[in-house]
Amino acid sequence: MNALFCSKPAHIVVAVLFLLAFLFFPWVANNYLLRIGTTMLMYSALALSWNFIGGFAGYPSFATAAFFGLGAYVGGILQNKGIPAPLAWLLAGLLVTIFAVVIGRIILHLKGHYFAIASLVIGDVLREIINGMTSLTGGGMGLNLAAQKMGVTEQAQFFYFSMLTVAGLALVTTVLLDRSRLGFGLRCIEQNEDAAVRIGINTDRFKTAAFMLSSTFVGMAGAVYVSWTGYIDPGEAFEVLISVKPIVMTLLGGAGTILGPVYGAFLFLLLEETVWRNFLNIHSGILGLLVVLLILFLPRGILNTNLWSVVEAHARVLRTYFRLLPRFQGINLWAWVVRIIRNIRHQS
Amino acid sequence: MLSLQILINGILLGGLYSCIAVGFSLVWGVLNIINILHGSMIVLGAYAAFFAYSQLGIHPFAFIPIAGLSLFILGYGLQAKIINRVMGAPVLITLTLTFGLNLILDNMMMVAFKADYRKIILDPPLGLLELGSLLIPIDRLYAMVLALGLVGCLYAILRATQIGRAIVAVRMDRDAAALMGVKVKQIYAVTFATGAFMAGAAGCLMSVIFPISPLTSNAFLGKAFVVCVLGGLGSMPGVILGGILLGLLESFGTLWLGPDFSTTIAFVVLLTLLMFRPTGLLGKRGFE
Repeated sequence: MNALFCSKPAHIVVAVLFLLAFLFFPWVANNYLLRIGTTMLMYSALALSWNFIGGFAGYPSFATAAFFGLGAYVGGILQNKGIPAPLAWLLAGLLVTIFAVVIGRIILHLKGHYFAIASLVIGDVLREIINGMTSLTGGGMGLNLAAQKMGVTEQAQFFYFSMLTVAGLALVTTVLLDRSRLGFGLRCIEQNEDAAVRIGINTDRFKTAAFMLSSTFVGMAGAVYVSWTGYIDPGEAFEVLISVKPIVMTLLGGAGTILGPVYGAFLFLLLEETVWRNFLNIHSGILGLLVVLLILFLPRGILNTNLWSVVEAHARVLRTYFRLLPRFQGINLWAWVVRIIRNIRHQS
Repeated sequence: MLSLQILINGILLGGLYSCIAVGFSLVWGVLNIINILHGSMIVLGAYAAFFAYSQLGIHPFAFIPIAGLSLFILGYGLQAKIINRVMGAPVLITLTLTFGLNLILDNMMMVAFKADYRKIILDPPLGLLELGSLLIPIDRLYAMVLALGLVGCLYAILRATQIGRAIVAVRMDRDAAALMGVKVKQIYAVTFATGAFMAGAAGCLMSVIFPISPLTSNAFLGKAFVVCVLGGLGSMPGVILGGILLGLLESFGTLWLGPDFSTTIAFVVLLTLLMFRPTGLLGKRGFE
């Protein structure tokens, strides 16, 4: 069952097919699917970025919304001043990166809860400042962008590929980081920061680098997002869920892995679109339930867990559940599940 | 004269802030968990007080024990059944778990109560106390006295009762406390429940002073956090000091820079303090 994710060649085949699907997706999808695909790529970019600081270095950063909102506003304002969109996105990414370095210098010496809340606060402060600078940002009224001079389908494809580029850059950076000295150092910090200092890792510089990496692509994604939707307001740009969703996705997929955040984003969006799109009133409640179940039963994510062991550990609950089910459905589900599991066991 | 008035406003506000923060500080100190649910629990307590007053005519101040006890039970259940499973896990795990629980509670309140702002209008109103040219709203004064009284009660319980000593012992050294025969998991549940009790009580006081809506829970949470860091974890006088400091900071900040930037001021002070004195002004290890 788990062979799909553990044994290397199979893993790589799945990964390559999965990624290729994104490249060819626009030729088979309609505009609605294309919009979902673009959102999924944006989520991937955010989750991959959070993975640098939260997954590799183990620092619980909640600053994603701050980077996203700042990037969106910088990108939006630059475009309104007449700078072409791609250049505005790059500049937004650059400025957010510089911002992250400055902030990182201040808050990265904090640990645990203190770091988490300090990073969470940055978004709130930025929101208040941007709310106050009405002449530049439109304040609470929000910022409007001039409409793109493109057809509907071309526009959808254009933003799909723009987001794909941002997410692709984040993924390439992850692969490079995974093999580099920096990645190794960050994993050391995640394990034990004091010991990392002892073996000669400049933890301050490494942590700042990770924090910086975790901001660049988020800022770019924010800028692309604002061009895509044509409107942003402070409440939406610095929404705290923007910080939380990437964490949930990365935990779902597996923190500190390369493709975990992408798989996580995919599953998360699948759930978002299929399950709780139909329950708008209790949307965030179901998200909360998902978070709680994830933390209780799968805290290390799909790629880091032997899924079979999770099933075994909770076998009693599952058995009761499946035994109760047939009374309502009229089929012996439990026997069916047992048969499938036996088959899998014989094969492996 | 104006600044004296603002000083008084700040202190009145600060007393309430310490009551908001004390349960949060207790849970953080003893369980090493940031309880994201705290803000929502305050709002829940405030709603209970609102309905008790509008439907049954019970005065919100008299409703404090009932609201507190209901939340005590809720908090005990949450800790014993769910949060105890992840005690000792990395910060990210516990934080995300309470965040998820908070999303559920917030959403339930949103469905049950809608997002409208509500406030208890006392009938007859308590009016204003005039001291020369100074004006003191009497409802705020009562609320502050009650708030400080509640904090004092908690302090006395932690100092004098057996269960209070057990909580302090767990805070100081969990393993040693377990060796002394303290049932650590049970103490965790009691501590979390006590934090919830204080949140419910604070909610009753808030319902008289501020308009309440499920949307305000994050503001309460943010204030609780700032107070904790300002005063320092693990110290009851620190919570009171932190609360009053925050009250003064917000009052004078509003006077000097306008109401738009009051949060920013509080957080800039917070970040500066975290840089130079991360333990807060009066922080120490044992929770007393």
